[in-house]
Amino acid sequence: MSAQPAGARPGRRAVRVTANEQLGAYNVLRVDDPQMGELQAGQFAMLAAVERWGGGEDERPFLARAFSVARHHDGESSYLLEDVGPGTRRLCELAAGDELWVLGPLGSGFTAPPQGRRAILVGGGVGIAPLAILQDALSAAGGAVSVLLGFRDEARVPGAGLLRDAELATDDGSAGHHGLVTDLLERELRSDPDAVVYACGPAGMLEGVRAICERDGVPAQLALEAGMACGFGACFGCVVPRRGGGYLRVCVDGPVIDAAELDRVELHAGAPA
Amino acid sequence: MSVEFCGLRLAHPIINGSGTFDAIAARGAFGAALDTAFPFAAYVSKTITLEPRAGNPPPRLWESPAGLVNSIGLPNKGLAGYLAEDLPQLGGYLCDPLASADGASHRVPVITNVMGSTGEELRALVEACDDPETIAAIELNVSCPNVRTGLDIGADPAQLETVVAGLRESTGKPLIVKLTPNAADVPACAQAAEAGGADAVSLINTLRAMALAPGRAGARPWLGGGTGGLSGPAIRPVALAQVAAVAARVAIPVVGMGGVQSAAHAREMLDVGATLVAVGTESFRDPAAGVRIAAGLL
Ligand SMILES: Cc1cc2nc3c(=O)[nH]c(=O)nc-3n(C[C@H](O)[C@H](O)[C@H](O)COP(=O)(O)OP(=O)(O)OC[C@H]3O[C@@H](n4cnc5c(N)ncnc54)[C@H](O)[C@@H]3O)c2cc1C
Ligand SMILES: Cc1cc2nc3c(=O)[nH]c(=O)nc-3n(C[C@H](O)[C@H](O)[C@H](O)COP(=O)(O)O)c2cc1C
Ligand code: FES
Repeated sequence: MSAQPAGARPGRRAVRVTANEQLGAYNVLRVDDPQMGELQAGQFAMLAAVERWGGGEDERPFLARAFSVARHHDGESSYLLEDVGPGTRRLCELAAGDELWVLGPLGSGFTAPPQGRRAILVGGGVGIAPLAILQDALSAAGGAVSVLLGFRDEARVPGAGLLRDAELATDDGSAGHHGLVTDLLERELRSDPDAVVYACGPAGMLEGVRAICERDGVPAQLALEAGMACGFGACFGCVVPRRGGGYLRVCVDGPVIDAAELDRVELHAGAPA
Repeated sequence: MSVEFCGLRLAHPIINGSGTFDAIAARGAFGAALDTAFPFAAYVSKTITLEPRAGNPPPRLWESPAGLVNSIGLPNKGLAGYLAEDLPQLGGYLCDPLASADGASHRVPVITNVMGSTGEELRALVEACDDPETIAAIELNVSCPNVRTGLDIGADPAQLETVVAGLRESTGKPLIVKLTPNAADVPACAQAAEAGGADAVSLINTLRAMALAPGRAGARPWLGGGTGGLSGPAIRPVALAQVAAVAARVAIPVVGMGGVQSAAHAREMLDVGATLVAVGTESFRDPAAGVRIAAGLL
């Protein structure tokens, strides 16, 4: 499942930040991390600052935080961050040369569409991150890819620069379609009902995507979020209800989960809106 | 630095706390490296119950200052599922040679943690664990309400002694009683476990705790299970006090745990009388915490 080289020690590693750039309301954090090795689009890593992790709001953060790997090439990984609380705030402060704990790659990623079928990538807010590496991988394999991204407001629109050729929707009408990214998805599916959907974003958006794809009989892979303590299946804390009963651990059964495995995407999951 | 514990020889004194490391999931995440670089000297399973349990509804986690409140609800496959599917995958791990004094790998024995809400349930669990060779020892999680009295079995010394005594002849394997810290007199509970025939006691389990959902009007619990248990560095001074008090009161070995993050913390547990030290929450932050701590004790 994971692409750790055989013989790697199962532990976190300290790596150096090479850059931390502002992208509108987001930050792009780059780290020198050759040990990340080969990974699947949609896999994630648990990150924590080596220095001063703790002592923020409510004396947090304490645990590491989960982030999609937005890109990885030439030994450098990048992550797209949104400041929503003490953990992300501390990571957004890091500067080139600072040290970061990384555990990963973790979880299971997206699987490519069947030969000849178009991939529609649907992202919302900071959830666009895993779609960047997915777009790279699908394009390199020669497949047809459409990208639909939704943002709350003007400050977040620059995030779209992480991907190529994206069509936008915004809640405030500041760019692209004034409305939901799922409106764009419905239009795309009317013109190409054979497409396969890949989505990541806030729970409300994912539930919209799931419901549309279920109605139209379109396969969908959803990258979910959940509050996580460990990221490698140890704590059983990151669960979402599975269709037919029981729970899935988002960190090891996902984060990319086939929409057919879910009755619905629950809103509690702790995802930033 | 190898240690003897209830007749088992362990490469070093660091094991995992039940429910804080899933060897099978970790094998999936980290690959074959885990087989020969297992971070603990013994592997303690999650709590196993007679019937399968799905666990509590989410959210199950709340981060607090230097700690974690969890309300996981003991999800597990049930006894039959554990024995048939999980146990066969658990026997072959070798501990990380970095952490053993002779630099060699040693087999990692399996300790199976079980919980039942009646004496009959517990007996069925213990009897079933007595058979498989892969199970080296049995840990009883007694932080479970008695279905008849509603009291935690482990919180009442008299009840605890009866329960342990009733299980003693069901197994020749070492029986470890994992005490609850949510009791008026924990050392008295430890003594009761010893009197009932326990071979060792382990402590502390999580401290009962609660968190309210942020940013909403009115008090609504955050955790799907309502209340939960606090673990991590926030509880370490409490754990140290309880481990010291228990070790002073019983003659059987003590497994100390609660907030241990470093070799220095583990050394403190050993200094107040623990024979082994278990690491829980710190493994979430670093799956190699166990081997890092053990190597630091060398
Ligand atoms: C697989 C995966 C991939 C992700 N990828 C990205 C990514 O690429 N980029 C990105 O920016 N984010 C990503 N996230 C989300 C990111 O992990 C969270 O935003 C981050 O953990 C928030 O931490 P914080 O300390 O900043 O905020 P927190 O204060 O932890 O707040 C985050 C949310 O958690 C809940 N919460 C509030 N207080 C607590 C508490 N004390 N304990 C528990 N929960 C609380 C609330 O619902 C809150 O909205 C991903 C998450 C997952 C699971
Ligand atoms: C997420 C989580 C799950 C746990 N599950 C169990 C369990 O199934 N059985 C048990 O006896 N203890 C369980 N525990 C308690 C731990 O084994 C340990 O006693 C406690 O967490 C204190 O140690 P720590 O501070 O190092 O985590 C759990 C603790 C956590 C944090
Ligand atoms: S985050 Fe711990 S099991 Fe998924």
